[in-house]
Amino acid sequence: MDKKNTKKPSFLFIGRSDEPILSKKNRKLLTDPLDDNNPITVQVLGICSALAITVQLKPAVVMTMSVIFVMACSNVIISVLRNLIPNRIRIIVFLVVISSLVALVDQFLKAYAYDVSKELSIFIGLIVTNCIVMGRLEAFALGNGVWKSFLDGIGNAIGYGIILIIVAFFRELFGAGTLWGIQVIPDFIYEEYGYVNNGFMLLSPMALITVGLIIWIQRSRNRTLIEEN
Amino acid sequence: MLEQYLNLFVKSIFIENMVFAYFLGMCSYLAISKTLKNGVGMGFAVIFVLTITVPLNYLIFEYLLSDGALAWIGPEYAELDLSFLSLIMFIAVIASMVQLVEMIVEKFSPALYGSLGIFLPLIAVNCAILGGSLFMQIKDFSGVSEAAVYGFGSGVGWFLAIVGIAAIREKIAYSNIPAPLRGLGITFIITGLMAIGFMSFMGIKL
Repeated sequence: MDKKNTKKPSFLFIGRSDEPILSKKNRKLLTDPLDDNNPITVQVLGICSALAITVQLKPAVVMTMSVIFVMACSNVIISVLRNLIPNRIRIIVFLVVISSLVALVDQFLKAYAYDVSKELSIFIGLIVTNCIVMGRLEAFALGNGVWKSFLDGIGNAIGYGIILIIVAFFRELFGAGTLWGIQVIPDFIYEEYGYVNNGFMLLSPMALITVGLIIWIQRSRNRTLIEEN
Repeated sequence: MLEQYLNLFVKSIFIENMVFAYFLGMCSYLAISKTLKNGVGMGFAVIFVLTITVPLNYLIFEYLLSDGALAWIGPEYAELDLSFLSLIMFIAVIASMVQLVEMIVEKFSPALYGSLGIFLPLIAVNCAILGGSLFMQIKDFSGVSEAAVYGFGSGVGWFLAIVGIAAIREKIAYSNIPAPLRGLGITFIITGLMAIGFMSFMGIKL
């Protein structure tokens, strides 16, 4: 059979080079940011919002979902337009694309999840200047195809979300004894053993220290990430 | 009157410190604090840009975007509420102001440009700047001078934070830290400790 005829039709440049949609290389794009190339602990991107909204699990999850949406869409849009954007004004083009997407998320949350949106206050707006989105657009979407950029966006947003959820999990568990607003530490532990919630976990310094400890654990597991001081 | 401004100023520097209380501008804070000289340069650039953009955005929000702000054009515009545009407007103002400031500084003070120049473009994506404007929108200031004082105070707070951490990081280069904690990890923990220190200012009122 002629090889040309078996070629799959390409949709939006996906699989143009006869690459399966989830080839090894593409899968790596998705899984790398989860650990080895994590946006927060390794690339040092997007820390501002990661710390501020991790007091409870729920806002952290909502934030993660918003970032996944914004990153996937903006990576795809910039990657589609990448040959049309003049180099000198690329930052402004990025900002326009990102801020329209973020305004969309902001209005959506205000309409359907008002209490969470109140809690996140300005931090949804701050996704615009979240360096993860900007950094990945600049470093990846500007030079790669649509499908790859989409995977990269999703991967990095999930990598960001994992750290967010881990930090929020510990802060809410130790700080308030609840998870997702539901009490998980039973009453008798408080009453019989005199256990007290550590309210300090809810304050901002502990977010920084928790992330510091996560970095410590990650780097002692994965020694290639250790920095020369 | 003066007392009120002073109170706002002290509050925005110490109690509502951009870095320690809201974690704004952490990315550049971590990236540029390796040496004291760079830290000082970036700190001044942030003070500069915040002092300009917060009052500017206040005027734009107050007279163009907020609910019923357009009433000064004519009664038929009184019901418009353009506040959903504020995010895009703020970021546009910040990006263009940064560009403008960069050009002005380059023209009139090459020496200052030499030390601030590379930091200015970074500032357009510094969350502390946009955060200042967004907090201004929430806080509902009564006048443009209050917004200016708030912008300046937040800038000074950020400056103090980055100068502090840069000085500590320069010293810490000589100490023996566990290898996995070197660099980023220890910086996070030190910032946490500094934030605990800044918490002691809580409740101060002039």
